[in-house]
Amino acid sequence: MSNVIVELKHVYKRYGDTEVLKDINIEIEQGKFYTLLGPSGSGKTTILRAIAGFLDVSEGEVFFNGEKINDVPANKRRVNTVFQDYALFPHMNVLDNVAYGLRIQKRPKAEIKERVDKALKMVRLSGYENREISELSGGQQQRVAIARAIVLEPEVLLLDEPLSALDAKLRKDMQYELRELQQRLGITFLFVTHDQEEALALSDEIFVMSDGEVQQSGTPVDIYDEPINHFVADFIGESNIVSGHMVKDFVVEFNGKEFECADAGMRPNEPVEVVLRPEDLDITAVGEGKVTVDVDTQLFRGDYYEIVAYDDAKNEWLIHSTNPAKDGDRVDLTFDPEDIHVMRLNESEEDFDARLESYEGE
Amino acid sequence: MKKNTATSLAFYVPYALWIVLFVIAPVILIIYQSFFDIDGQFTLGNYATYFQSGTYIMMTINSVWYAFLITLVTLVISYPAAYLLHYAKHKELWLLLIILPTWINLLLKAYAFIGIFSQDGGVNNFLGLFGIAPKQILFTDFSFIFVASYIEIPFMILPIFNGIEELDEGYVNASRDLGAKWSQTFTHVILPLTMSGVKAGVQAVFIPSLSLFMLTRLIGGNRVITLGTAIEEHFLTTMNWGMGSTIGVVLIVAMFIIMFLTGERRKKGAKRA
Repeated sequence: MSNVIVELKHVYKRYGDTEVLKDINIEIEQGKFYTLLGPSGSGKTTILRAIAGFLDVSEGEVFFNGEKINDVPANKRRVNTVFQDYALFPHMNVLDNVAYGLRIQKRPKAEIKERVDKALKMVRLSGYENREISELSGGQQQRVAIARAIVLEPEVLLLDEPLSALDAKLRKDMQYELRELQQRLGITFLFVTHDQEEALALSDEIFVMSDGEVQQSGTPVDIYDEPINHFVADFIGESNIVSGHMVKDFVVEFNGKEFECADAGMRPNEPVEVVLRPEDLDITAVGEGKVTVDVDTQLFRGDYYEIVAYDDAKNEWLIHSTNPAKDGDRVDLTFDPEDIHVMRLNESEEDFDARLESYEGE
Repeated sequence: MKKNTATSLAFYVPYALWIVLFVIAPVILIIYQSFFDIDGQFTLGNYATYFQSGTYIMMTINSVWYAFLITLVTLVISYPAAYLLHYAKHKELWLLLIILPTWINLLLKAYAFIGIFSQDGGVNNFLGLFGIAPKQILFTDFSFIFVASYIEIPFMILPIFNGIEELDEGYVNASRDLGAKWSQTFTHVILPLTMSGVKAGVQAVFIPSLSLFMLTRLIGGNRVITLGTAIEEHFLTTMNWGMGSTIGVVLIVAMFIIMFLTGERRKKGAKRA
């Protein structure tokens, strides 16, 4: 617990009447890859800016290495940022951009050269020192921006949607490189993205944000498998969400039928929402499964078929299947008890964690 | 397609006519005139006079010096003003207030300053309240530079303001993020990236300042004699059009030199330290 490096306590940010951050409590530990994930306008970049020092929080405290840094200006904070649009200085070449921070610190020339060389090597841009920024591709500019930040050896690197301007292929490559870089440097990365796949692939821990609040935090697997509420289930991955109610522990009712499930700790007959991931649904013949649906349309996605079907209650079901179905077919869907994720309505993260512990610890 | 080219050509006609009639033709006429002496004889004498007589050289140095002072004063005032304006609320309104004086005729403004600066004018009356005897303000270098700067300031503020507006706040944040203090950010990032606005402003102020002539008379009291004054004298008083044209040619050449010095140069091949 002692290696918490950045901590936000009850942080609020208001612009006039609009609250863009509401009671943010975040702890960031040394050497891990964190992601703030949320749709645009959810406040994730605002948190980053509060840590970097580009905005003052309206209420609450920001700690760095145990010290309160609310009033420390950006240039004195030991964090560096990779900006969304990179913000590379257009009047300087690659070398001058990367050396900027070191020259500000008035380091000896030999040391600057050595550290710049090392940083450029890290991002695989050795030999590009004298290129102008305008001569670089988007991916190369991205690397220069990272080199410029890591050359200062910050303890925390903040990355504000750094991959959003790259095309899909390059983006995938950069994801691997970022993850590798983080592990090699051993410093904390705090990464902001609206791309849930990116977040799941890269992070040690994810904070899912919406409307200026942290909805859920946890490892990618936790968040994917045990979404706390409708928003998280919907935002992370694709999901079928149906409403039902909890009959008793480990039995949930939806679509007019009772199903065995792996969740417990709720009031009897409590109304709940049930999440079923499309890839957990298997298609079988009518009579062999748990829900009967009519196939409406299907799309070939390369590695799987995305099938949209409707049950008799006109609920939409999304299925990912390796085998194609036929439009208009009537089929059954089957799933295992542990594929059912039950979510209470308006459950706080604390209660959620406590409830999970109460029956999973058995 | 053919019709389109014809139409677009037609759109060029007013512009081309304007350029030919009011830019190219006058320049050619001035150059042509500069080769004739006062009796209409072809001669190179005007240029010889210009470069040999100390008077004209002094006058040129004088003009450049005053234009430099005026540019410097406007720049020193305009850059911070434009910077503050960028962060001000209601900046459109403030900008309008800065542009507004340019709608008023220059002579009118000059005469207004005669009233303000004269022995019995507003400034001396104000100083009088503190028991300070009336000072000679009008017809001094100070008043000339003051009024000229006042008139030129909008032309300096506007390009600089545009330059600062175009500056991406992200660069400033990036610089701070990398540990730079505000003063370091200013010299390493803000100033270099707004330099094009400064250059445009310098061009817009320095070149017209070289040939100011009404102000030299009305405010400078003919104590300050610039090339502009000399041209006026030659054309209207001594009727030596050839000599006047020669000075005109010198001014045009000076303009090109300034344009070259302050123009955007290609970055490639530029050696850096």
